[in-house]
Amino acid sequence: MATQTRGHGRANKDDSGMVTADGPNWPSLVFDKLREFDVCHVTYVPDSGHARLIELCHAANEMKPTVLTTEEEGIGILAGAWLGGERGVLLMQSSGVGNCINTLSLARVCAFPLLMIVTMRGEWGEANPWQVPMGQIAADTLRLAGAIVYEVTEPEAAAPAVEAAARIAFNGNLTAAVLLSQRMLGAKLFKD
Amino acid sequence: MDEPSKLLRRSAIARILGDRGDMLVVAGLGSPTYDCAAVGDHPLNFYLWGAMGSAVTVGLGLALAQPKRRVLVVTGDGEMLMGLGALATAAAKKPSNLAITVIDNEHYGETGMQPTHTSVGVDLAGIARTCGFRQTATVRQMRELDAAVTMLHTAEGPVLVVLKVSSTRDPLVLPSWDGALLKSRFRQALLGTQAA
Repeated sequence: MATQTRGHGRANKDDSGMVTADGPNWPSLVFDKLREFDVCHVTYVPDSGHARLIELCHAANEMKPTVLTTEEEGIGILAGAWLGGERGVLLMQSSGVGNCINTLSLARVCAFPLLMIVTMRGEWGEANPWQVPMGQIAADTLRLAGAIVYEVTEPEAAAPAVEAAARIAFNGNLTAAVLLSQRMLGAKLFKD
Repeated sequence: MDEPSKLLRRSAIARILGDRGDMLVVAGLGSPTYDCAAVGDHPLNFYLWGAMGSAVTVGLGLALAQPKRRVLVVTGDGEMLMGLGALATAAAKKPSNLAITVIDNEHYGETGMQPTHTSVGVDLAGIARTCGFRQTATVRQMRELDAAVTMLHTAEGPVLVVLKVSSTRDPLVLPSWDGALLKSRFRQALLGTQAA
């Protein structure tokens, strides 16, 4: 079990019906990186790919999780938290990138640090065609909006990418996004 | 039925910010930003010039990060309508130090005074109340303003006060629109000169 590290290799099916990567415990390693960078505000619209990381954040006393009604709320909340001296992260699915476009101007024009972790849909092995249009333009959209984009296809690369993104976001007051591919997350297959 | 009396926005905001103490202020884009600047610029004012819909979420993040400081969001009906979901998010988090005032002239003032949904009865205080805000009020007359100011300054939050104002065109008072400057001076005033 521990030897299989590639998401597009052998796969398991978890309780939620997701086919998941049989790899290292990347959500736990990403969580550790968030703590290392003093991230405490965790704003999110949930996605199956983020479920474990969200659980870890809710279980940690030092984290302040906030569920959003729409992803762009997280950009405002993290800007406000930074005004107040605290750091955060925005977790979302790739469909949420489209909801964020205009609000990303807040981070860019004011040079707020903005760290985002995006789980991909509509990108690799997707069963639902409605996810494809936004999923296919998520990375380019983020780049056009001024973000530095790190695309991750293997689970062992997730935590290093979050570290790289957090460092440049918080050192440089920049927008940085880590995109986690369906290659490592697995695809939702809509089966019982 | 007679048109109910309405407040003058500049004098209402001057009353609310007149004795602000150590309050932190987030102003929404358009006239609310000019109204706050007209009272007097302040390093602990953060003015939004864009990202419409973000005033409440910026105030919420600030309130969560600074739980001992009162945070006042001053926004307009147009911006509030664009981000109604933020009222649900704020109500779910229930920060006791967050106060929101909506300057409601029932129009989009920046774009030619087109009517907003509040002009046909959409009730922003009612929406906040049913989301779970601890106290809400809609104020139409100066004599009601004292109680509203007290609520905004001291009541356990989250609270929301709608100020029904007449649709005057007031002189433009424009603060800096250098967002990075506004951010850094706010952080330095709040967190000390090491912060930027």
